[in-house]
Amino acid sequence: MLTQTVRMLGRLGETVVKGVAEMGFAAVLLGEALFWLAMGRRREQPVRLAPIVAEMTEIGLRALPIVTVLAVTIGIMLAIQGIYTLRMFGAESQVVPGIAFSVVREFAPLITGILVAGRSGSALAARLGTMRINQEVDALQVMGISPVRFLVVPPLVAMLVMVPSLSLWSILVALGGAGVYVSSTLDMTFAAYARQCLEMLTLGDLAHGMGKSFIFAVLITLVGVVNGASVSGGAEGVGRMTTRSVVQAISAIVITDMIFVFLVTR
Amino acid sequence: MNGVDRTSSRVAIEVRDLVTHYGERKILKGVSFDILEGEILVIMGGSGSGKSTLLNHLLGLLRPTSGAIRLLGVDITKAPPREMQALRRKMGVAFQGGALFSSMSVGDNIMLPLREHTRLDRKTMEIMARLKMEVVDLAGFENLMPAELSGGMIKRAALARAIVMDPKLLFCDEPSAGLDPVVASSIDDLILRLRDAMGMTIVVVTHELESAFKIADRILVLDKGEIIGLGSVDEIRNSASERIQNLLHRRTEEVELDADAYLRRLTGEE
Repeated sequence: MLTQTVRMLGRLGETVVKGVAEMGFAAVLLGEALFWLAMGRRREQPVRLAPIVAEMTEIGLRALPIVTVLAVTIGIMLAIQGIYTLRMFGAESQVVPGIAFSVVREFAPLITGILVAGRSGSALAARLGTMRINQEVDALQVMGISPVRFLVVPPLVAMLVMVPSLSLWSILVALGGAGVYVSSTLDMTFAAYARQCLEMLTLGDLAHGMGKSFIFAVLITLVGVVNGASVSGGAEGVGRMTTRSVVQAISAIVITDMIFVFLVTR
Repeated sequence: MNGVDRTSSRVAIEVRDLVTHYGERKILKGVSFDILEGEILVIMGGSGSGKSTLLNHLLGLLRPTSGAIRLLGVDITKAPPREMQALRRKMGVAFQGGALFSSMSVGDNIMLPLREHTRLDRKTMEIMARLKMEVVDLAGFENLMPAELSGGMIKRAALARAIVMDPKLLFCDEPSAGLDPVVASSIDDLILRLRDAMGMTIVVVTHELESAFKIADRILVLDKGEIIGLGSVDEIRNSASERIQNLLHRRTEEVELDADAYLRRLTGEE
C-alpha cells in the first residue's frame, strides 16, 4: 500500500516535471525564434520569405472556406439562441448587442483558433515529428542551419499574420450570417442591424478579439513544435504526438481565453 | 594503408576520455582515440555498443557528461556557436536513412548547404550540385523527389549533399546497410574514391564486416561503451581478443548468470 502510494506520487512528480520542462522548452523556442527573426541576417542565416508565404497560404488561404462556413453557422446559431432566450422577456430586438459582443470578443477568435489548431497545428507537429525520426532535424543541425530558424520561424510568423486575419474575416462573416437571420426573423432590416452593430462595437472590443488571436497563434505554433520535437518511436509516435498536440492546443486556447477574459474585464 | 602515413599525418579528430550517459545509464565509458587527416576510420560494434551515440557526439548533436572532442582543433564540447558554425561548414554527414528533406527535390536537397552558406547565384549552385551528383553517379536525377528514389540512390544523394561544400571531414552512418551486395559495394567504392580524390578524413559507422574490411584504414571496435580494439584491418582480423573474434564471427557472448539478479528482475523489485 505504502509502496503503491509512493509510486503514484513518483509518477505524479514525473508528470509535473515533464510538463514544466515542456513549458520551459516552449519558452526557449519562442525566444530563439524571435532571436533568429531579429538577428538572422546579421548571423548570415536570414529568415526567408518564400517558406513564410508558403505557410501563410497553407494556414490562411486554404482554411478560408471552412472558416467561412463555420463562422456563418456560428453567427446564425447565436442569433437563433439569442432570439429564443430574449423572447422569454419579450426583448428580441435587444439581440444585436449580444451577437455583436460575443462574436467579436469571443466566438470568432475562439472558433478560428480551434480550427487552425486542428488543421495546421497538428500538421506542424506531424511534419516536425516525421522530420525528427527521419533525422532531417539532425541533418539541418550538422549542416549549420538552425532548425528553429528553418522550421519554426516560418510557421510562427505565418500564424501570427494569418490567425488574426482569419479571425477578422470570421468576425465579418459571423456578423453577416447573424444579420441575415435576424433581418429575416425580426422586424429589422439588415442595414439597421449593421448600423446597430457598428454603434455598439468599439475599437476596444476588436482589440480584445485580435489580442486573443495573437496569443492563440503563438500557442498553436509552440504546442505543435514542442510535440513534434519530442516525437520518439517511429510512425506510431508521430500519430500519438499529433493527437496530443491537437488536444493540448485546443485546451491551451480555451484556458488562455478564460484567463485573458478574466484579466481584461476586471 | 592507402597513402596515410601515420608518423607524419596530422590529427583531424581527437577524442579524449569521452563519458556519456543516456538518463542514468552510462553509454560511453571513457573513450579516447585519434583520427588522422585523410584516414578512413570505421567504427564497428553490435547494436547497443554505443557506436551511434559516439557518432552523434562526434557530430555535436549530443553533449557528453565529460571528456573532450576536438574536430580540426576545435573542442566542440566547449566551442561558442560562431566557431561551431564555421566548423560545421567543413563537415559533411550522410545519415543512415539519407535524411533528405521530403518536400524538396533531390537537386534542391543537395543545393541546400550552398544556398544557406554561400552567396552564389542559382546557376552556379546548380552547376556545383550537378558536379557532385556526377561524382555519386546520380546525374540527371535532380528533379526527382526523394520518395521517388531507390534505397541506394537515397544514400548516394545523401552523400552528394554531404560533400557539396567540399568538407574536410565526412561522416557516414551505415552507408551500405540495407542495400543489396552490388549496390553496397558500389557505395564502398564511392567512399574510397571520395577520400582519394578530395583527401577527406572519413568516419564510417557500420556493422557490415565486408564493407568495413574493404574501406577502412583502421577499424575501431566498440563494445558496451568501451573500445575493445583499434588497429588496421589485419590487426583487427587477427586480434587475439575473444570479444573481437565473437563480433567478427557473429557469436553471441556468454552472459554471466546471477541467479539473484535474475529473480529480482523477474519480480520487478530492482
